[in-house]
Amino acid sequence: MGSAIRLQGLVRSYNGTRAVDGVDLEVLSGSILGLLGPNGAGKTTIVRVLSTLITPDAGTAEVGGFDVVRDAARVREIIGLTGQYASVDEKLTGRENLLLIARLLGLGRGGARRRADELLGQFHLLDAANRPVQTYSGGMRRRLDLAASLVGNPAILFLDEPTTGLDPRARRDLWSLVGELREQGTTVLLTTQYLDEADALADRIVVLDRGRIIAEGTSAELKERVGGRSLFVVVADTARLDDAAGAIAPIVGEHPQARDNTLSVAVTSSAVVPTVLRALDQAGIEVVELGLRTASLDDVFLALTGHAAEVTSETAEEGA
Amino acid sequence: MKSLDQTLALAWRSLVQVRRNPWELGDYSIQPILFLVLFLYVFGGAVAGSTEAYLPFVLPGVIAMNMLFVTVYVGHGLNTDLTRGVFDRFRALPIPRWAPLAGRILADLLKQALCIALLLIVGVLLGFRIETSVWEVLAMVALVLIFASAASWIMVLVGVLSRDPEHVQLFGFTALFPVTFVSTAFVPLETMPAVLQPFVQANPVSLLADASRALLSGGDALEPALWTLVWAAAIAVLFAPLSVWALNRRLARG
Ligand SMILES: Nc1ncnc2c1ncn2[C@@H]1O[C@H](COP(=O)(O)OP(=O)(O)O)[C@@H](O)[C@H]1O
Ligand SMILES: [Mg+2]
Repeated sequence: MGSAIRLQGLVRSYNGTRAVDGVDLEVLSGSILGLLGPNGAGKTTIVRVLSTLITPDAGTAEVGGFDVVRDAARVREIIGLTGQYASVDEKLTGRENLLLIARLLGLGRGGARRRADELLGQFHLLDAANRPVQTYSGGMRRRLDLAASLVGNPAILFLDEPTTGLDPRARRDLWSLVGELREQGTTVLLTTQYLDEADALADRIVVLDRGRIIAEGTSAELKERVGGRSLFVVVADTARLDDAAGAIAPIVGEHPQARDNTLSVAVTSSAVVPTVLRALDQAGIEVVELGLRTASLDDVFLALTGHAAEVTSETAEEGA
Repeated sequence: MKSLDQTLALAWRSLVQVRRNPWELGDYSIQPILFLVLFLYVFGGAVAGSTEAYLPFVLPGVIAMNMLFVTVYVGHGLNTDLTRGVFDRFRALPIPRWAPLAGRILADLLKQALCIALLLIVGVLLGFRIETSVWEVLAMVALVLIFASAASWIMVLVGVLSRDPEHVQLFGFTALFPVTFVSTAFVPLETMPAVLQPFVQANPVSLLADASRALLSGGDALEPALWTLVWAAAIAVLFAPLSVWALNRRLARG
């Protein structure tokens, strides 16, 4: 299998500030790459370079073997793009939006109609097909947007935060769709702020922070890097959280992270569990739940960057 | 051939949009009729002595004014596409870079032609009589369309430079009102103060209105028509490259 996407030393600045600061990246044909990073990490900038919307300041980017600057026209023939914000025409109906794209891609009248109906069905939009998009909900818009990027059956698909702003059900629908695309052999580069999303969908994950890659590998490999497991403790009284952390730290050799009433910390061996339990008991801290779990990507991010991944609740409509 | 189909598809889309844009639709239909009727019955007596005498004067003026107002939607639509990301979607498709703009301007010309036809029909219903040949009427339509396609490049620039579609409308209409009214579109040159007259005479709206009048009712059309064409060429030569440059700059930034 060849590589479908290749970035070498990519740099892109906005007004002198580097949004992407020397990124090397390779995505194998037919695989799914998850580009994971908090807001402002440079994910959208990378997607916009790859989809020929902006040019790199330095470095090279190839999509399907074509250079995004020199062979931009060839690149456009093989890609599909779903941007971070839905980019469908508000004044047209869902069907008209898809018809327009189909006609622009050179499908005839009948072919365009068939393709539009096929996608409307696939994305559960048939009932709303003849309504203007301005009456659509955020989730419906996102689905239409995605459908629009699939009209030409692209070999390589870019999905920029496809589930941001979606409700859990719509999110799961999208996940299963990405699964279907995988089966068809489509190469997908997907960006996300959701750690579980990269975990669930991507064959390989690249973690991006402030324009640089700080880690990459399979989700299992990344988890391995932080010891593979993490100990979590749920305390009954939030006020005692600090005390609990103080009791645990000397045993595991690291200060646990606190979130709500839960502490978590990477551990290398399960042998610490009884010791921790005893220490908490001695300190008189009531424990609701205590156990080991495979480290989440949240833990990975924390371990790699020293700061938590700030998952903001931006909605898909905000770009409108 | 393929790029022609693509341009036509984009033009189709601009036309379909109008259905769901009540303001825009109104500006192509109710508004020009309203202006014509209001000007005719409110100013007719004062300006020309009677509404019958004013109709042949004011009808070409309203056609010229409406043409300019309609061009604002070129900028408005372009800006909407730019700010809503639709333009990016087009740019990631294998279509010529100029196709979205060409589609929009083509659609604009169709809208313009329909507006002219509508105003001529309403004019005739109100008692207007065309005194010239079919060819002269067609020449008048062509002249208005040529000027419109030049003027729409100004609106492309406004569309590129504006923050949002509302600003396009605000800026477009604010700039067009004085240009339209300090002209011979609605009142004869002699009735205006002497200091204004040189501006009025040089104003392309005056020239276009004068030429249109002559092409519909007889008289010397050649001179104002030629000057209108000179204006159109000058505007196009200046604003087409400027607009494309500004657009590319905006797109390259991010
Ligand atoms: N058009 C732009 N103009 C100026 N700065 C920008 C622009 N787009 C992005 N940036 C900046 O570049 C950095 C990376 O942004 P982006 O690629 O959008 O990150 P992400 O998609 O990961 O949230 C951020 O600091 C952002 O503020
Ligand atoms: Mg982004």
